[in-house]
Amino acid sequence: MQPYLAILSARFRMLLQYRAAALGGFLCQLFWGLIRTMIFTAFYASTDAPQPISLEQVITYVWLGQAMLALMPYRMDREMRELMRSGNVVYELLKPVDLYFFWYSRNVASRVAPVLLRCFPMFLVAGLFLGLSGPASLASALAWLAATAGAVLLGCAIANCLAITMMWTVVGDGAWQLTSATLWLLSGMIVPLPLFPDWMQPVLSMLPFGMMVDMPFRLYMGHLPPEAVFELVGLQLMWALAFIVFGRSLLSLGLRRLVVQGG
Amino acid sequence: MRDGFRLYWRYIAISLRGQMQYRASFLMLSFGHFLVTGIEFLGLVVLFHRFENIRGWQLHEVALFYAVVNIAFSFADAFSTGFDMFAGMVKNGHFDRLLLRPRNTALQLAGQELTLRRAGRMLQGLLVLFWASTSLGVVWTAGKILLLVLTVFGGACMFFGIFVLQATAAFWTIESLEVMNAFTYGGVETAQYPLSIYRTWFRKFFTYVIPLACVSYFPILAVLEKEDVLGSSVLFQCLSPCIGILFFLVTLRLWRVGERHYCSTGS
Repeated sequence: MQPYLAILSARFRMLLQYRAAALGGFLCQLFWGLIRTMIFTAFYASTDAPQPISLEQVITYVWLGQAMLALMPYRMDREMRELMRSGNVVYELLKPVDLYFFWYSRNVASRVAPVLLRCFPMFLVAGLFLGLSGPASLASALAWLAATAGAVLLGCAIANCLAITMMWTVVGDGAWQLTSATLWLLSGMIVPLPLFPDWMQPVLSMLPFGMMVDMPFRLYMGHLPPEAVFELVGLQLMWALAFIVFGRSLLSLGLRRLVVQGG
Repeated sequence: MRDGFRLYWRYIAISLRGQMQYRASFLMLSFGHFLVTGIEFLGLVVLFHRFENIRGWQLHEVALFYAVVNIAFSFADAFSTGFDMFAGMVKNGHFDRLLLRPRNTALQLAGQELTLRRAGRMLQGLLVLFWASTSLGVVWTAGKILLLVLTVFGGACMFFGIFVLQATAAFWTIESLEVMNAFTYGGVETAQYPLSIYRTWFRKFFTYVIPLACVSYFPILAVLEKEDVLGSSVLFQCLSPCIGILFFLVTLRLWRVGERHYCSTGS
């Protein structure tokens, strides 16, 4: 266990060094969230029909999305890409740890650290000035935290699968691009899932994408009752397990035919 | 001047030939780019399915805004890759090499690369444009086509200008200024909807500080022959894309100023 924890803490310390980059990213996200909230406000002002989710909730949803953005496997870890491209992946093979979980912890670290860095100022600024409401109740807050932990496990299992596909493609943006595009839309990052057409709802609620963004957010704002967290975490773990099993077999397949590039 | 253009096309031809060496990779990356940027449009469709209009604008009209800004941005994005790499070149001292050559540095940077795979965004923009204008029944007179081309050109110039500004800042900061992404990608996001739906201060910012409205909102109103709720005249709407070109020329001036300030990191 110890080597995996060590890589976690090393990554944390490394990422926390880049505070200027974090500030730039933070300002961009604020701007982005502002655009999105204005667009939703305009849409809600254009209709009298009752909507499945209120404007206040959508605004909270947008800001939560900005606060938790880095948690999702939208982008590939830059270090992993370089490892594959430069051929330094051989060094990784020499390390006396389980490669899959070594990369998995690396993924967890590189996703959780930037979120911890950014989410507090985001909650502060958006909460004070930009319409982010607090959690509906203490139970909702706890449910949200549990669901977020589940989302991290699931998201990193997906990210790890994608990183492993790099063993085949080397340039490797292909699989990432396709997945991140799907993920972006179906997780609720572009449009909150309750606003999707009603006939799509049953499908959306079974897919792993909404479990990483949409459902945790709805737990937070009480749009889903806190009890729903048990079912959600169960589903998240099931999907995570499926992706871990898939990723591991992909990895062992990849290692068998690995040709290391470069010298 | 003519000589400069000849050199530029020379650079670009080399870059294109280089990218065509990896044809399969190019096709896949363009397709990926097409999907990634196209997903955004599906979001738009979902929202209109739910709300039917945004402050009186219909999906097809908004789709026209969406298409134009995406096409314009795809050009700027493809042609400005050199400026995107600039901060890195300052950091490792490679910019000094450009200074040694007896040519304009902005020209040399622009000639570094023409990133062809950005065509993915352009393709989806064109598809949306075609779909929107046929379902709106826009009559494409010569004047309107000219205005559309001017709008895309002005828009591309404006976004290119922001990329130049972003690079210019690196003369002082050495780091690439990520904050500018708010105006490039954020600008695209903003201009996908008519600017009149936003709050006043925001609208003013994207009209007077960064002339985004002049290369999307105003000219497209003229194409749609719609009355402007903000009260601009048709003549202004038709001429406004020129402000995007002007903006670009101003940023090139600023680039010169920054260049004089350059101090090599010398590594």
